[in-house]
Amino acid sequence: MSHPILEVQGLTMRFGGLTAVSGVSFAAGSGEITALIGPNGAGKTTLFNCVTGFYRPSEGIIRLHKRGEPPTELQRLAGHRIARAGVARTFQNIRLFPGMTALENLLIAQHNRLMASTGWGIGAVLGLSGYPKAERQAVELAKRWLTATNLMDRADDPAGALPYGQQRRLEIARAMCTGPALLCLDEPAAGLNPRESDELARLLLDIRAERTSILLIEHDMGVVMRISDRVVVLDHGVLIADGTPAEVRGNAKVIAAYLGEDEEEAASA
Amino acid sequence: MRLQLALKDASIGAVVAALLFIPLVALRTDVGSAGALVLRYRWADAAILIGLVFLGRLALVLWTGRTGLRPSTSAGPWTQRLQQAGRLAAPAFLAFALVLPAIPGIDRYWLDLGILVLTYVMLGWGLNIVVGLAGLLDLGYVAFYAVGAYSYALLAQYFGLSFWVCLPLAGILAAFWGVLLGFPVLRLRGDYLAIVTLAFGEIIRVVLLNWVSLTGGPNGISGIPRPSFFGLPFSMAGGEGTFAGFFGLEPSSTHRVIFLYYLILALALLTNWVTIRLRRQPLGRAWEALREDEIACRALGINVTVTKLTAFALGAMFGGFAGAFFATRQAFISPESFTFIESAIILAIVVLGGLGSQIGVAVAALVLIGGTEIFRDLQEWRMLVFGGAMVVIMVLRPRGLVGTRTPSIALGKRRAIDGKLVGEGHG
Repeated sequence: MSHPILEVQGLTMRFGGLTAVSGVSFAAGSGEITALIGPNGAGKTTLFNCVTGFYRPSEGIIRLHKRGEPPTELQRLAGHRIARAGVARTFQNIRLFPGMTALENLLIAQHNRLMASTGWGIGAVLGLSGYPKAERQAVELAKRWLTATNLMDRADDPAGALPYGQQRRLEIARAMCTGPALLCLDEPAAGLNPRESDELARLLLDIRAERTSILLIEHDMGVVMRISDRVVVLDHGVLIADGTPAEVRGNAKVIAAYLGEDEEEAASA
Repeated sequence: MRLQLALKDASIGAVVAALLFIPLVALRTDVGSAGALVLRYRWADAAILIGLVFLGRLALVLWTGRTGLRPSTSAGPWTQRLQQAGRLAAPAFLAFALVLPAIPGIDRYWLDLGILVLTYVMLGWGLNIVVGLAGLLDLGYVAFYAVGAYSYALLAQYFGLSFWVCLPLAGILAAFWGVLLGFPVLRLRGDYLAIVTLAFGEIIRVVLLNWVSLTGGPNGISGIPRPSFFGLPFSMAGGEGTFAGFFGLEPSSTHRVIFLYYLILALALLTNWVTIRLRRQPLGRAWEALREDEIACRALGINVTVTKLTAFALGAMFGGFAGAFFATRQAFISPESFTFIESAIILAIVVLGGLGSQIGVAVAALVLIGGTEIFRDLQEWRMLVFGGAMVVIMVLRPRGLVGTRTPSIALGKRRAIDGKLVGEGHG
């Protein structure tokens, strides 16, 4: 593995008496796609929420290593600062801004950069700041991602009116517009048909090609085995395997915990 | 078959009407000659009303079918026509507002009514930032109106500052109170936020009522200085150094009213201008995004608390401006002017007009405030007419007069977004 982008050490998350994640350590490589898999209730989404700042872990350290910058300890940051540090996420149940157009959704993702150009909002109201230029640049970036996600012709449509598959892609485009070093995707292929899954896999490989690392929770083993550089397996809140897709597929513990009853499907994938 | 159905439907309507009108209309208590209450029956009036409901419902059902009138938030053919008209209507309204004092036959009464309507238009637009754009339900908006009014009154009384110095100060103080209220309550959502803002509105009023040494308590503050025309006072005496004297006009009390009219028009337009500008900028978009989905905002790195606070502070600031204007217009203020019903009226204007819609709010203010004045002759029926009108609007257009949202930016043509897709905010 190349140098890590994300390093998780001894992460534990307790809810009252329930330990959802217990002492998990792993690393996600820079410029790689790392998949996080495991049966339902394994603690994947909890781990995810810790990394993206929606939960504060009970114990453990989450370090983000950006090239040429000192590492950031994500567990110490306030929720909205995680995105500024360079971690973007999507949600298992899509969370777009349904009453706003696709383009507006992508501009909101660039809020912090745009806000800085407005001079605390006052300058732009009076028409004094460099805001128009910043907005043009933001629209250009949005157009780039609309093209990459094949949504250019839906730019002026409200996000809530898009079909499901397009909403999924728009959410990824929105996350990418924050300019992240690490993109975290929570079940991006859920509810997609095989053709849409293929398109998604291609999109993720394109994103990786631009040196954005990806951390991904996914149930669609076809997608996971095809595009992942590394697979981390959780079961009952404990890490049970960590390796390349081929290694994980052959791991007896993983087969017992997760793929066990359905070996044929795993093999065909 | 259709007639039978319609008759059945109309009968049900008549029964409901009977249940309402018999206690409301048919039974009436009057004070008799001996000073005791006398019960008077007005069966004929009630029967006429019930008959009207029956016939009206019958005609409606026969004409349009049972499902003829459906609630709608979408941009149907009607709304599109309205929107086309709206593009003309906004400049037409503005032009009308600008020339109103010059129209012959417009006397003092109409100008005063215009000032009242414009005050509520401004308050509606101010609250629209908080409720319509940011989706924070604020039931205590009148508190900021009160802060603005008392700021001007007290600063003028104790320090002798002029209106023009106090106007920005009143806005700043109201915004400051907005932030002060915002900090503890913005972690609350929905119903809880509404209750706390309601309480805040009451606290301000009760403090004003009981802090007698500062505010004069229930007696209020009188003799608040009237505004001057850039240093030229409006005086009936005329002569050098007054408005009439300087411009060589016949001294008239109308001058000040016209001046006040244009002052509130300018303040309202300022509110509108700032809101329209901000909506097209990151801050305004962040408010709307917050209304749509707060969690997604956080995941995108938007500081939710600060964004909510800016909406609260800005809404409060415009409330404060309106309050300072109110104080200088009335020359007398007391806590009575800042009761909960004022908050409710302003909120009703925003909701009726359509959350987030500038023209909708203006029309709603005109209808609600202007209408109440014009229908004064109806006496006690006025409120019934009003309640009825509001129910009809909310049934037919549940998202307000203008239920659609216009995108803040577009690559091609801006198309209105159906109200069904637009979030209402959860506090």
